Amino acid sequence: MGKKHFVHPYIPNSVSEVKEEMLREIGVKDAEELYTEMIPERLRLKKPMKLPKPLLVEYDLKRHVEKILSKNKACKEYLNFLGAGCWQHYVPAVCDEIAGRSEFLTAYAGGTYSDLGKFQAFFEFQSMMGELVGMDVVAVPTYDWGASAGNAIRMASRITGRKEVLVPKIISPRRLSIIWNFCQPSVMPGHIDVELVNYDPETGMLDLEDLKSKISLKTAGVYFENPSYLGIIEAQGEEISKIAHKNGAESIVGVDPISLGVLAPPAEYGADIVCGEVQPLGIHMHCGGGLCGFIASRDEEKYVGEYPSLLISITDTQREDEYAFGQCRYDRTSYVGRDKAKDWVGTSTALWSIVAAVYMALLGPNGMKDIGEAIIQKSHYAAKLLSEVQGIKIPFSNFFKEFLVNFDGTRKTVYEINRDLLKYGIFGGKDITKEFPELGNSALYCVTEIHTKEDLKKLANALAEVVK
Amino acid sequence: MKSDEKLRRYHAPVWNEPIIMEMVRKGERGIIVPEVEEEIKDAVGDAESYIPAKMRRKQRPKLPELSQPQVLRHYLRLSQQTLGMELDIDLGLGTCTMKYSPKVNEELARQIAEIHPLQDENTIQGILEIIYKFGKVFLREISGMDEFSFHPGGGAEATYNNACIIRKYHEINGELEQRNEIVTTIFSHPCDAASPATAGFNVITLYPDEETGRPSIEALKAAVSKHTAGLMITNPEDTGIFNPEIDEWTKIVHEAGGLCAYDQANANAILGITRAKDAGFDMCFFNLHKTFSSPHGSMGPACGAVGVIEELARFLPVPVVTFDGRKYHLNYDRPYSIGKIRDFYGNVQVVLRAYAWAMSMGAEGLQEVAEVSMINNNYLEKKLLAILGVTKPYKVKRRVDQIRYSLEKLKEDTGIGTEDVNRRIVDFGVQSYFTSHHPWVVPEPFTPEPCETYSKADIDYWAAVLGQVLNEAYTTPEIVKTAPHNSTIAKMNETPLDDPKKWSMTWRAYLRKKEYQQ
Repeated sequence: MGKKHFVHPYIPNSVSEVKEEMLREIGVKDAEELYTEMIPERLRLKKPMKLPKPLLVEYDLKRHVEKILSKNKACKEYLNFLGAGCWQHYVPAVCDEIAGRSEFLTAYAGGTYSDLGKFQAFFEFQSMMGELVGMDVVAVPTYDWGASAGNAIRMASRITGRKEVLVPKIISPRRLSIIWNFCQPSVMPGHIDVELVNYDPETGMLDLEDLKSKISLKTAGVYFENPSYLGIIEAQGEEISKIAHKNGAESIVGVDPISLGVLAPPAEYGADIVCGEVQPLGIHMHCGGGLCGFIASRDEEKYVGEYPSLLISITDTQREDEYAFGQCRYDRTSYVGRDKAKDWVGTSTALWSIVAAVYMALLGPNGMKDIGEAIIQKSHYAAKLLSEVQGIKIPFSNFFKEFLVNFDGTRKTVYEINRDLLKYGIFGGKDITKEFPELGNSALYCVTEIHTKEDLKKLANALAEVVK
Repeated sequence: MKSDEKLRRYHAPVWNEPIIMEMVRKGERGIIVPEVEEEIKDAVGDAESYIPAKMRRKQRPKLPELSQPQVLRHYLRLSQQTLGMELDIDLGLGTCTMKYSPKVNEELARQIAEIHPLQDENTIQGILEIIYKFGKVFLREISGMDEFSFHPGGGAEATYNNACIIRKYHEINGELEQRNEIVTTIFSHPCDAASPATAGFNVITLYPDEETGRPSIEALKAAVSKHTAGLMITNPEDTGIFNPEIDEWTKIVHEAGGLCAYDQANANAILGITRAKDAGFDMCFFNLHKTFSSPHGSMGPACGAVGVIEELARFLPVPVVTFDGRKYHLNYDRPYSIGKIRDFYGNVQVVLRAYAWAMSMGAEGLQEVAEVSMINNNYLEKKLLAILGVTKPYKVKRRVDQIRYSLEKLKEDTGIGTEDVNRRIVDFGVQSYFTSHHPWVVPEPFTPEPCETYSKADIDYWAAVLGQVLNEAYTTPEIVKTAPHNSTIAKMNETPLDDPKKWSMTWRAYLRKKEYQQ
């Protein structure tokens, strides 16, 4: 083809002498001869692709990408109060060190005999999550909280053979959309009907009367969250689980595990399946790329048999005092069962589970308690400061980490307030006026252990200025 | 064949590391949580008072109590007991495209670690520009598709995303009830069957013709009907066989009223060679953690980058990144969208790495990637077929990116099968290989994929390892049967894995069951 010499540092055999030697061994003249034997002429791309000139020099590439990235502002430069499904917590340096380890970062689908350490780390993630949520079975994680909730709901549907699920009205609309997709459109025979349960307007907690009126012997599961999308601690977990169980339905609880050093583990208030988001446990936000959903349950065959996920079990070897790890009931998964499997499994977020294991090991029982308390005290302190600003109200006081801030008493919309806060170097809370119109001109603020007293005062002062 | 290649002496690290839950030393701490200032404590009081009594945790979670150096040491040891791609000749994991992930891209990816996805658009213009350009500039040229989404967090989720688009398309047309079938092939990835099944479709799986290694046109024609919702297929399939009639396939499915979704997980050796759009596909996806170099992360985070033709753009998940000539936007106003399948915008750091990698390649580089991968595969074939016991099923001479070989002859001759061989090759410091998904249509399979990362010397070495192990199978079979010998552990006991009385997914379950058994 008369192609010019092109040596690329990532492609050892781009050296033409080597390539020619290999082609000789294969017994062909050039690559084109091989492609011609594989792909018909009519399907071949006839012209070269029109792409930017390559940046072969690593330094040039770095300059180029960094120039684009310099148009971003990060939560290091700005004071951030956004949460709503992805939260800013402190990431210990050891977490980053392990996340960047070549071995974990670049391993993939290797087996126990080459990748034992990877499997042990998965098992340790499962074990420590099990301690937090109070469950004996935890799986290798899935994509995000939404996917874990979708899988958990479908597990409940298969376990009970029922096609209805109850979900709280206060839920992330994005998560609800993911759940709807998992539950299929109504014309499909596998459709699961998703019905929303109202909340008590005083507390934001689930309206138990509405739950009782909507639950029936057709209900596969009752899904609720702790804390909820609006940060509210659902204190009626035990009653909700009882109502679910009385109707033969599964109790499914979605949690933010960073709360579990201080909040009761869902198993204690009757959860059968637990799901949620691992990202707060030592994983950077990555503009949403840090998400990692988990699923846990009681250790019974009827649950284990319905997981779509990989489940790593501990075992032993032919040598004394030696642990090994393998796949439990692998035939459940789509790698074996294809369309007859339990949903599907695939490459998801395994590296983040290793990082979360490191995080849980670093914090330990006392660190998890400390961080839960710090988040409660700081977020309630922030709410207190904000409630003192003219025109601002905090409608729900029973929250963890995130809380609703209502600006109805000011002359500005949340959109305008957040726009103005940017001038103070602040990312204001998530605007939820469109998501929950009945809650008025409101935003969801997130305060974690990273916020200092000065940070919170800065926010209160800036808001006082902005809404004046 | 006895190889003249000198195999290196190797032993995997053995730390005999306990489970971290066993390492508790009461009172030790790995890190101190940021302090709550006195002024805050004075103002709000005890944290406990804000938790309803029933919701208070009574007992602290039984997590390890360990100092920082001990936690670090433990996980470093576990990492050492993991044979990452960067440490070995990892070409055995076919369908996975174990290519080099440039280190500079890790540095770049870290720069977006502290960005929140809901930040004001104006503060994430750099990220939006990369997402937009990687789709509209790179993937558009590579695939011929018009609009892109990077939401799916892996290939199987991308397949699901595309199944949801097919579903929405027929729903809008009022035909979903009737069109409830997806056609796929057994050598397409299992997710091409499992993901549409989860989306609610019945799946028809076509099996290969004995000669061609792929299903016949007649088989496809018999499978399509007024019930056909779509085709979801890999090409080249996991056998490395490229279906030369693929444009005829898409035509048949279109005529039946279905959509065609291309699983391009095996795209590495066809970059710049042949395109999804030109074969008649309506949508496709690429694995950015495979073909586009983002590291595999022990199984993610990853990205299945979706491309669709203009007519299907309205169904893409929200938000879609748009450009008005001046600024980039997150567009949510898309009434026909399938909504969300993954929260926020997907694994943006993976897209960033893929963009940087593609920028380091350009058109010529991408084509070089394809050609070298394809040449490597054909070269490895020469080496492997010279080894007694290895056969290449199906009478298709040329394979693209990988080949599904069979050790059936070895098994017949020696009683040693592919699982035994796979346990033994790790004794020589190479990663275990990918056999095949189930069912094993090719008996005793193995599927290496020597992508462009591997040098001729690497390929020679890998072939020599396989040659050595197969030679052992014929001459000293016991050593293969009892392998591994130089691994971190001895052969494991698999019986507890499927036994409810013994399986233990957590340490707490293990302790409980240990007691029960004694």
